[in-house]
Amino acid sequence: MLRLFKDAKYDFIGVRRWAYGFSALLIVPGLLWLLFTGLNYSIEFTGGTFVQVRTTEPVGTGPIRTALATAGITGAEVKEFGSDREYSIKARVTREEGEEILGPQETAAAVQRALDAGLGTGISSVVRREAVGPKVGRELQEKAIIAILFSFVVTLIYLAFRFEWRFGLAAICATAHDILATIAFIRYLNLEVSLVVVAAVLTIVGYSLNDTIVIFDRVRENLRKYRRQNLYEILNLSINETLPRTVLTGGTTILTALTLAFIAGEVIRPFSLVLTFGIIVGTFSSIFVAAPVLLWIEKRWPGEDARGARTFGTRTPTSQFTPATPTSSPSPRAPQHAR
Amino acid sequence: MGKIRQRLIVIGLLVGGCIVALLPRDTRQRVPDSVTGRMKDTTVRRVPIQLGLDLQGGIHLALEVDESKGPVPDCADAIQRAERVVRTRIDEFGTTEPVVQIEGRCRLIVELAGEKDPARAKAVVQRTAFLEFRITDMKNTFKDALPAIDAALRRAGIRSRTTAPSAVSQLFGGDTTKAEREDTAADANAPGVLSSLLFQGQLPGEFLVPEEQWPLVDSLVQRPDVRATIPRGIELRWGAASESRGARAYRALYAVESRPIITGEELVGAAARRDQVTNQSIVTFQLSRRGGTKFAQETARHIQDYMAIILDGRVQGQPPVIRGQIGRNGQIELGTKPLQEASDLALVLRAGALPAPLTIVEERTVSASMGEDSINAGVLAGVIAVGLTLVIMLAYYRLSGALAVAALALYVVFSLGGLALFGFTLTLPGLAGFALSIGMAVDANVLIFERIREELALGKSVRLAVDEGFKHAMSAIVDSNITTALTAFILYLVGTGPVQGFAITLMIGIAASMLSAVFVTRTFFLIWLQRRPDMTTVSI
Repeated sequence: MLRLFKDAKYDFIGVRRWAYGFSALLIVPGLLWLLFTGLNYSIEFTGGTFVQVRTTEPVGTGPIRTALATAGITGAEVKEFGSDREYSIKARVTREEGEEILGPQETAAAVQRALDAGLGTGISSVVRREAVGPKVGRELQEKAIIAILFSFVVTLIYLAFRFEWRFGLAAICATAHDILATIAFIRYLNLEVSLVVVAAVLTIVGYSLNDTIVIFDRVRENLRKYRRQNLYEILNLSINETLPRTVLTGGTTILTALTLAFIAGEVIRPFSLVLTFGIIVGTFSSIFVAAPVLLWIEKRWPGEDARGARTFGTRTPTSQFTPATPTSSPSPRAPQHAR
Repeated sequence: MGKIRQRLIVIGLLVGGCIVALLPRDTRQRVPDSVTGRMKDTTVRRVPIQLGLDLQGGIHLALEVDESKGPVPDCADAIQRAERVVRTRIDEFGTTEPVVQIEGRCRLIVELAGEKDPARAKAVVQRTAFLEFRITDMKNTFKDALPAIDAALRRAGIRSRTTAPSAVSQLFGGDTTKAEREDTAADANAPGVLSSLLFQGQLPGEFLVPEEQWPLVDSLVQRPDVRATIPRGIELRWGAASESRGARAYRALYAVESRPIITGEELVGAAARRDQVTNQSIVTFQLSRRGGTKFAQETARHIQDYMAIILDGRVQGQPPVIRGQIGRNGQIELGTKPLQEASDLALVLRAGALPAPLTIVEERTVSASMGEDSINAGVLAGVIAVGLTLVIMLAYYRLSGALAVAALALYVVFSLGGLALFGFTLTLPGLAGFALSIGMAVDANVLIFERIREELALGKSVRLAVDEGFKHAMSAIVDSNITTALTAFILYLVGTGPVQGFAITLMIGIAASMLSAVFVTRTFFLIWLQRRPDMTTVSI
């Protein structure tokens, strides 16, 4: 039978500092860049007008800009949208809280007129248009942040109940890492943040937690099974044992997301790209962030016998899981991995 | 043996339930009538999963109360009034299934699938509501003119093409309106084109038209020659909604005086309540000083007459009778009808009294061709993604992988059934989410199979390894999925519109994946092991 990573014995925890460095390298420049330039928000957030035009021949962005300028429409962003026969024209609302968004709507009609005049009638047709007031977007943003924070709290409570609070905290650290990394990724590729991209980020929250918990479940089990080993060894063992699953599930999901990114069309490409990256980073963080952070938390706030999960999250008496060998008090950490 | 049978029965029931939920069924749908060009209701058979606007093309509008010309004290009430008004205009949209709903507290969402002209749609939505009270045709002048109208139609060469009199009596035999119909028939000595379609209602000036004949009758009364024959001072107005009498749906047509006795401008307020003494549902309303004087004069002249309440040209509810002179304060008694109906009427009155100017805060238009492209690309991507997943599962787990693939097929049935059950609208992100959920759905199977392999590697027998594999994988499956489901649930609580739809897809996907991976795959394994009890190796 085909078995990938059978009996793998990689020292994942040992390279945690490399992993931290890698994460920092990924996240910090992106967030700094973000601080100075902000994100490329869609008009759902900023308010404004978006017009997607389909043309019968590849006209190029130049003539479109000229046509718009001749008609007196300035400050619009013209881009190719997926092919050389589709273009997006985007204009943001500049005035603050301009309750009337009639401006943008008129713009949409004016764009069609301008293109008919500049390119010739019948060359271009508007296939999608959106006009949004600035107030709507601000609400969306707040709601997304509330949703993420709220999901953290609920996850923490659930994991505290099923595992132990330390596990919950570690899982949330890994998930927060994934969100930050994804935001940095969005910044690097200058992807447009729309409502569906926010939905993609929230999906990543779910996926990342899911992936982390599968490993933590094994940690919980191994803590009961091998009471003489220290957490460092148990974390490594658990990650290696679940490695085939991580690779297989991660692989199929990433393949799906990639397929969506390349085939499902330009409209949801930002969504698919964000998902693809999020799944990769979510898988990475379960191994290289969640587990090491658990170890770190455990050192900071040791449990009653340095094994929190044994006292929580199980309804069966622990003795049932105790191996024949008598249990000793917590063993000293293996010297080579001391700290 | 019994255990397996029970499991198979449960699976059969679930699959059956999902298939029933997915069967095309009769739904009322509005389509343009070929005769008149107006919208009418028909029944069509459709799969109960709707396509979102981004997939079928159309217009999405979000509206709020316009506060640029002064603050509006209660925006929730204003939006409710606006919703009521937009609903009465629903026939004016050239679209099959308009969605009119309130989002949050103070925002109105109007979705018009297939609508092509945004300017027209916006004009319909934003037009100020117009409310008027008119006395119905008490002297039956319209009814008396029916023979003349029929004659005019006959001259124009129009015959009663859809209903022969015999068919009518067959259809309406035993109906409560029979007596009234007979006297309509007696008035018109020959089966007239129009009079054969109208049935006298319960009060003077009220006529009932079978719902399916409504567009035809409307096209008849709109004809110039018919309008010329309608007596002076009388106009025709349709009822706002169809009502069922017996087993059939009717639309009311009212002959009303062309002069309104009062309009919404004079109305100050209206509220619904239940009378403590008589336990009736009543609507109280107040008029302005000027309106009160005018109303007192008019009502004094029209005691015992019926007064139609007309919003945007549509008669709302059955016209109440005027009992006596009414001044600035009046009340409409609805008898034993539910308070809900009274609240609705009060809302209609307030809608006419306090027009709520709406401003468009969001507008999206997707052309139908664009929607089609999106569907094609989305479905293609989904099929390829699922195909890749299946190939990997089969290659890696062989026969067990085939079981997982079979379970995955049931997963698709379960989740589609769930989506249909929730009346879910499929959008492009939803389609992507669904494809992704299939990629994730194999996770539970992978967890179980890897665990079985581990148990086999420990030297356990096949049967024991399978049992242990399922047992030990369970905690990981349950905990990881519950956490994801909790996240999805919060998304549903906090999110709006598309995000909520996405959250529902996610939750249904999780439930279906746990069901198919844990329960269905386990059943398959049980059957497999039972057929080959002496199995020493397993294809996994």
